[in-house]
Amino acid sequence: MIPHSLRPKNYRQSLTYLAAGILIVSVTLYLALPIVALFLRIPPDQFFSTLHNPDVISALWLSLFTTVVTLVVVILVGTPFAYFHSRYTYPGKVIVDTLIDLPLVLPPAVAGVALLMLWGRTGLLGRYFNMFGITIAFTTLAVIMAQIFVASPFYLRQAKSLFEQLDPAYEQTARTLGSSPLRTLVLVTLPMTAGGLISGAVMTFGRALGEFGATIMFAGNLPGVTQTMPLAVYVGMEGDLYVGLTISILLVIISFTIMIIVRLVQKREAGHA
Amino acid sequence: MLEASMVKRLRDYTLDFTLRAESGQITVLMGTNGSGKSTSLNIIAGLLQPDTAKITLNGECICETREGINIPVEDRRIGYVLQNPAVFPHMTVHDNVAFGLRARRTPRAEVTGYVAEWMDRMHITDLAGVKAGNLSGGQKQRVALARALATDPVLLMLDEPFTALDAESTQSVKDLTRQYVRDFNIPCILVTHRVADSEEIGDRACVLCQGRMEWEGIPTEMPELCTVCRCP
Repeated sequence: MIPHSLRPKNYRQSLTYLAAGILIVSVTLYLALPIVALFLRIPPDQFFSTLHNPDVISALWLSLFTTVVTLVVVILVGTPFAYFHSRYTYPGKVIVDTLIDLPLVLPPAVAGVALLMLWGRTGLLGRYFNMFGITIAFTTLAVIMAQIFVASPFYLRQAKSLFEQLDPAYEQTARTLGSSPLRTLVLVTLPMTAGGLISGAVMTFGRALGEFGATIMFAGNLPGVTQTMPLAVYVGMEGDLYVGLTISILLVIISFTIMIIVRLVQKREAGHA
Repeated sequence: MLEASMVKRLRDYTLDFTLRAESGQITVLMGTNGSGKSTSLNIIAGLLQPDTAKITLNGECICETREGINIPVEDRRIGYVLQNPAVFPHMTVHDNVAFGLRARRTPRAEVTGYVAEWMDRMHITDLAGVKAGNLSGGQKQRVALARALATDPVLLMLDEPFTALDAESTQSVKDLTRQYVRDFNIPCILVTHRVADSEEIGDRACVLCQGRMEWEGIPTEMPELCTVCRCP
């Protein structure tokens, strides 16, 4: 039974409903079917047995380790950076704004090449590190650096925008009440922007976890050292298909979880507003 | 007593005037939008840097630009309720009122006592456990006032405190402010653009126009030159 409000009132309206229905179903199927196909391609028992494959475990742990380190660095450095950037005017601020956004539009492979040109053994800075026997490219550190470069804008943009939008009256009032700048930041500014910061952090985590192009260019594809989950998928598709499929499904599950967390945080924020 | 001389170059004009506010009195600062009222309060509070200024509070210099004296905002002991009462929405009413006391490291037992006393005075005791984000405009204004007064300020500044209030809340906030200023014998600066408020609550009135003091005196004697400031 079609609800009264949805019953077509005339021919033109029914055509609109039909077009809208076709469009919604088409877009939904276009987005959902590849995911369904991924899950249907591998039998459940095969999926669970492949989870014990050393390549899968190694890639999983390396991805989780590098992504968590990336997230911690981005939050610890990005939060005060975004705060100062939003609060102060300084020469070249527009350029810094553009640089924050650049990794979002830059092809990841180009980001990887750029990092290699800077930190590689013969790179602009890397050559000096190399003189002291310190190698950065093609190490786990390079994986983290590539993830930070590519994923940090998600957090920085969000944090910057949150701090800019917060009415200065809250911080000013806290200061007149005797609160130091640091205490004001910790007790007023951060709690009032926490929901948005968490959303930004979760999106950064997701982007870092899926990082492929910059990592393969700058860190290479060494199992156990730089071979993260997306890289292991690539290798798996050329060798053991089930390894590729199992890791892909793991990434889909993690991505879904991330989106659910973001939605829940946004819902909670909307409830508080 | 507050005595503040300040100069600050703004976009459209230069703010340049001297403001005096006697202890135990409410000095009303009036003027049209953009006449420099809130900017003046921000300079006195230390939230905005003046080009030149000399501000003394009860004989103590809190800002003198020529001698490089500039007491930080948090040490000026000024109770300032901004146009947006800015109650912290993630905290309860109790924690809002306690915020300034905790910031000034008041012993815990005393904090409890002061907070209970001020919530009682402002008739917000029933709201103690309510998240401040869920309060009405009038309730927020009372919380903001209780929070400012609980810190035992030596100067009280209220920026358009009646804007978001209904008639009943307005009267209540006016009565509480007047009583506090008399009881504790501190100067109070109240910013408003409504002559009726000025005449009802103010002991003295100052009219600002384009950053300059156009008139000061007893509110009921305000001459016709202030018609521009009258509410319709």
